[in-house]
Amino acid sequence: MAKVYEVVKVFGTVGSPFAKRVQIALELKGVQYTFFEEDLRNKSELLLKYNPIHKKVPVLVHNEKALVESLVILEYIDEVWGSDQPILPQQPYHKALARFWSKFIDDKYMPAITKAAFSANKEEREKGSEETVEALEHLENELKDKFFGGESIGVVDIAAGHIAFWLPAIEEAVGLKLLTSDKFPKLHKWGHEYTNHPAVKKNLPQRERLVAFFKARYASIITASK
Amino acid sequence: MATNKEELSLLGVIGSPFVCRVQIALKLKGIEYKFLQENMANKSELLLKYNPVHKKIPVFVHNEKPIAESLIIIEYIDETWNQNPILPSHPYQKALARFWSKFIDDKVVGAAWKAFMTVDEKEREKNTEEVLEALQFLENEIKDKFFGGEEIGLVDIAAVFIAFWVPIFQEIGGLRLFPSDKFPKLYEWSQELINHPVVKEVLPPRDPVFAFFKARYESLVASK
Repeated sequence: MAKVYEVVKVFGTVGSPFAKRVQIALELKGVQYTFFEEDLRNKSELLLKYNPIHKKVPVLVHNEKALVESLVILEYIDEVWGSDQPILPQQPYHKALARFWSKFIDDKYMPAITKAAFSANKEEREKGSEETVEALEHLENELKDKFFGGESIGVVDIAAGHIAFWLPAIEEAVGLKLLTSDKFPKLHKWGHEYTNHPAVKKNLPQRERLVAFFKARYASIITASK
Repeated sequence: MATNKEELSLLGVIGSPFVCRVQIALKLKGIEYKFLQENMANKSELLLKYNPVHKKIPVFVHNEKPIAESLIIIEYIDETWNQNPILPSHPYQKALARFWSKFIDDKVVGAAWKAFMTVDEKEREKNTEEVLEALQFLENEIKDKFFGGEEIGLVDIAAVFIAFWVPIFQEIGGLRLFPSDKFPKLYEWSQELINHPVVKEVLPPRDPVFAFFKARYESLVASK
């Protein structure tokens, strides 16, 4: 539990799935923090001070010590704020697997969906769709319980949050149909459970705004490619 | 603590920087294991069984339980065997070590490879710039003998790619990826690292590694 004299700040944007990971983790741990909303086209002095290397969100600042990279931040949060609601498994092997799948989501799924939705080139988008489906298949096969973390949510669920909320919004915005319930029954159900989890529900952006944002992004890419 | 009855094996190829990382970690801890040499042009049943998702090496297998991804393997090793700790114990320092290791993978490794394995001048220039930019951050970061302080740690192990493989790419391709005049502290660090007693024993012999990458580079040039 964060004590009153601990100062926790999170720099992010309202729609960022990476910032949301950090916010959900802090929520799970009952840690109070101040959220600094960034305009990524006009980054604040503070953001540039706390993340001079990547200049990206999210940034977690704990008692003036800054950390970046959402998965690194999640591990830090888990280590600092106790095991009341552990985010990572305790056992080293299960921990290693959790890290593997979180990394898989960032290395394979994220670039694939970006490619599938927002590449200027049609062939690239088709290739991206194939790659996204392949990644989702691996995750579908991996999911064995209610959550990736078992009965309660863990780091892989938090990492996979994009699939539960952002992916459907992207699909609606650009006209993709990748996460179908017939092909991915377990993931589909998981998405529903995940977005309804109290800690997650509180921390989701507004769907209409997200869809509008993706629509605009898609439109600008298609226009620019003409 | 692992006992002699534990079954430990490492699937890999000699000459891979990622496999080398894991070998350094195992050697630091004094852990014995079986090395299973893979042929990446003809992957074994075992590799496909143990890493069906990526089909890559290294894969570390502990009592039939496989783990893939070099940095994840090292964290597992550090958590399972407590002697000669590789990661810092303090959560913030630990997080920084993870950050810098990831930085090396995301910003140095990919760009260095692309700068080397290309005949396109523009690609070469762009990727060289990226490597130089990333190395500058590392140059600014190094404050002690090693990134881990007086002893090598996770970041040093991750960065063995820079100390041993980048100079090889540089020499073969006639590149300026890791100039010692531009990065004096990093250069000094790299010499300390490759001469570190454990690292020295684990690093593959330079000549065959050099020959291997030279052959790959030459076949790329010939095919264009």
